Amino acid sequence: MDKFRKIFTLDNYIVPVAAVIMGLFVGAIVMLVGGYDPILAYSSLFTQVFGDMYDFGEAIREMTPFILTGLAVAFAFRAGLFNIGADGQLLIGMTAATFVGIKFTGLPFYIHAPLAVIAGGLFGGLWAAIVGFLKAKRGINEVITSIMMNWVGFYGANYVVNHFLLVPGTQQSENIAPTASISIHFLTGIFGNARLHWGTLIALVAVVFFYVYLWKTKQGYEVRAVGLNPNAAGYAGINVGRNIIKTMFISGVFAGLAGAFQVLGVFQYQSVFASSPGYGFDGIAVALLGMNNPFGVLLAAILYGTLTYGSAGMSFGADVPPELVKIVIGAIIFFIAAQGIVRWVLGPFYGKRKKEKVL
Amino acid sequence: MNAATPVVELKQITKRFPGIVANDSISLQLHKGEIHALLGENGAGKSTLMNIVFGLYQPDEGSIEVNGKPVVIDSPNKAIELGIGMVHQHFKLVEPFTVTENIILGMEPKKGFNIDYKSAAEQVTKLSEQYGLQVNPHAKIQDISVGMQQRVEIIKTLYRGADILIFDEPTAVLTPQEIAELMDIMKRLVSEGKSIILITHKLKEIMQISDTVTIIRRGKVIDTVKTSETTPSDLAEKMVGRNVTFKVDKKAPTIGETVLKVSDVVSKNKDGISVLSGLSFEVRAGEILGIAGVDGNGQSELIEAITGLRKIDKGSIMMLGKEISNLPPRKITEQGVSHIPEDRHKHGLILDFTVSENLVLETYYKPPYNKGGFLNAEAINNNAQKLIEQFDVRTPSIETKARSLSGGNQQKAIIAREIDKNPELLIAAQPTRGLDVGAIEFVQKQLIAQRDQGKAVLLISFELDEIMNVSDRIAVIYEGKIVGEVLPEETNDQELGLMMAGSKKRVGDDRG
Repeated sequence: MDKFRKIFTLDNYIVPVAAVIMGLFVGAIVMLVGGYDPILAYSSLFTQVFGDMYDFGEAIREMTPFILTGLAVAFAFRAGLFNIGADGQLLIGMTAATFVGIKFTGLPFYIHAPLAVIAGGLFGGLWAAIVGFLKAKRGINEVITSIMMNWVGFYGANYVVNHFLLVPGTQQSENIAPTASISIHFLTGIFGNARLHWGTLIALVAVVFFYVYLWKTKQGYEVRAVGLNPNAAGYAGINVGRNIIKTMFISGVFAGLAGAFQVLGVFQYQSVFASSPGYGFDGIAVALLGMNNPFGVLLAAILYGTLTYGSAGMSFGADVPPELVKIVIGAIIFFIAAQGIVRWVLGPFYGKRKKEKVL
Repeated sequence: MNAATPVVELKQITKRFPGIVANDSISLQLHKGEIHALLGENGAGKSTLMNIVFGLYQPDEGSIEVNGKPVVIDSPNKAIELGIGMVHQHFKLVEPFTVTENIILGMEPKKGFNIDYKSAAEQVTKLSEQYGLQVNPHAKIQDISVGMQQRVEIIKTLYRGADILIFDEPTAVLTPQEIAELMDIMKRLVSEGKSIILITHKLKEIMQISDTVTIIRRGKVIDTVKTSETTPSDLAEKMVGRNVTFKVDKKAPTIGETVLKVSDVVSKNKDGISVLSGLSFEVRAGEILGIAGVDGNGQSELIEAITGLRKIDKGSIMMLGKEISNLPPRKITEQGVSHIPEDRHKHGLILDFTVSENLVLETYYKPPYNKGGFLNAEAINNNAQKLIEQFDVRTPSIETKARSLSGGNQQKAIIAREIDKNPELLIAAQPTRGLDVGAIEFVQKQLIAQRDQGKAVLLISFELDEIMNVSDRIAVIYEGKIVGEVLPEETNDQELGLMMAGSKKRVGDDRG
């Protein structure tokens, strides 16, 4: 229970919360400079998200992939790996889920839907495991390989959709069989047809899994040991290479699931993408914001989803270009990364009490 | 000269950190031309005090006077301005830069917009000649020896006009020859009018070189004495707070069967050069075999080969009659091999793990710590509680990160973990490096206790004193080979030194 308490101690969260406030403040200044009304803009942003049930439901839908890609990046980071390839892993997972959803017909929903979800996670995981394998066996830097694998994944996904799943004359695949859908129909009713799906629940389970696996299991102990000091881990008889591959696999499963849910829960089909949807890169920002802690990632994804979804409201209500939200997000990440600035601003509020710790 | 105003005077310096008083009303006077040793165990507060003098910390109470004038040193730049320079234990050098570039870094002589390297190199050469600090101004840091890197650090402080030099544990990383050179340099510096504060816990060096010693224990000054009026055992007692024996007590060994047998082991590095070239020896139950040698003659590679971290190309390594060469590390550990690694930060501990997590680093996967794939927090904590009591590991709690323990306590934690596994063979690589007298005594006693229980102990050390005092038998390693075996009572430093340098061979005195 001690660890649990530590996760929720105020101190850990003061910096991120302050960074968020300062980020919003920077956004407000930019709006003022541009001649917009920041108070109106932010209130329209929040009205957009919390204004009615449909938008609230859609905002939750928007947050789900951020939770999972955030977890993917954070998990790899715990083993000392920088997984920039969540984007490619997501697309490969998505494609696998779409493929199963369209081609495996005649199955009852309680087999078909889970099968499609598992296919998405599995293929995302295997895609990432290739990166882990190259790192473990050949010592190739995972940053380089995972970026390259993003492109391979991107064109690979489009190839599969184009050649096997396309509705002729369009730029998208057929719809998945209804038995593969993971929409929650009774909830979509309540939320005014917002596209809510079971994937959100699985994402929450993934948050808990992340925590339990890393801090409560034998395997998680190994992953953390490898992440903090691979030399000592090797000396202690932990197989460093195997742990790198395993960690990348689990990281990729998170990303792959994010992709699968976008098709099985949200769109019901997969597009031929002109450019990557970018969820994997947003995941890096979310992991950074959540300080690589699973519960932090969850909160960060909620914030990230709120800002992204609410940005549309901002342009309706206050005429502010929705891109301005990117400035806010950028500023927040900047303040998280440059914690010194935040502590400096907070200094007078903290008083002397904290001084030793800051040093 | 000593009667004059002290060049630095600390008055009643107190520094508190949350939970502890690191310096408790410490006063100290450094006179011109003096080497003033600051003696204390790890964690006694020496480094904190010197960080205050160098401007890295601010004292909570007390004042500092330089040349009789009260000063406030609020940054290292201010300290440098006042003529105070610090030679850090861990060098602060840019590896790919040359010696000159490192020395002038931040204070480059300019010629227009360009750095005037020519005059810089001349100045470096001038300083190095004046103080007998032999360096090559154009060599890159990564290509020069540790001893020369240290000389670069010294010139760096002199280049900045330091008159007062603080040496923080300067001999911890040096070979015996380099230590002797450093001693000469320090004498030269004071003869040229510099004053030196020497932070150390090595009594031998203090007796050899210092004029005055201030002993600190738990943040308080215990005493300040003239070196000529004291003895090593007196100093040790003041430092540790109890009587310390230097002679290692041990009974005659009861030698049993062969535990580890290494025969004709050859191992090549990735360039194809043999780092172990036909190396053979054996360790028997109930004895301590000491491996003596100059750093870099294959000691690290030998340990790696035995513990499974390095593949061998030829030969065999038998543990209790079973071949263990080229097995994965965990398989070897399970054969009853425990290992106290050379670099405890790199290989011995996961510094950001808690003490309790570190204490199960090699056993976490076995019951009771592993219960069906989950960690059993209760068993892990009980184990930690038991070991820190049994081995007197001083830590605020078992949840403290290993990083915040002192070096001696980190080492104790490693030893606790390794001995608790009840090994048949204990490999101890440089087990007392960087430790203070009290901790050294503890570590050596533990090694002997293992041997008295009938275990085999393999001790690898660069400290000849340690090899001579602790071992029952000594093997000398040179260029990846055992070049001789001797008994400690039948040899002396000189003979060992010659063997370590590869100029004398003596084989199998006791084995025939």
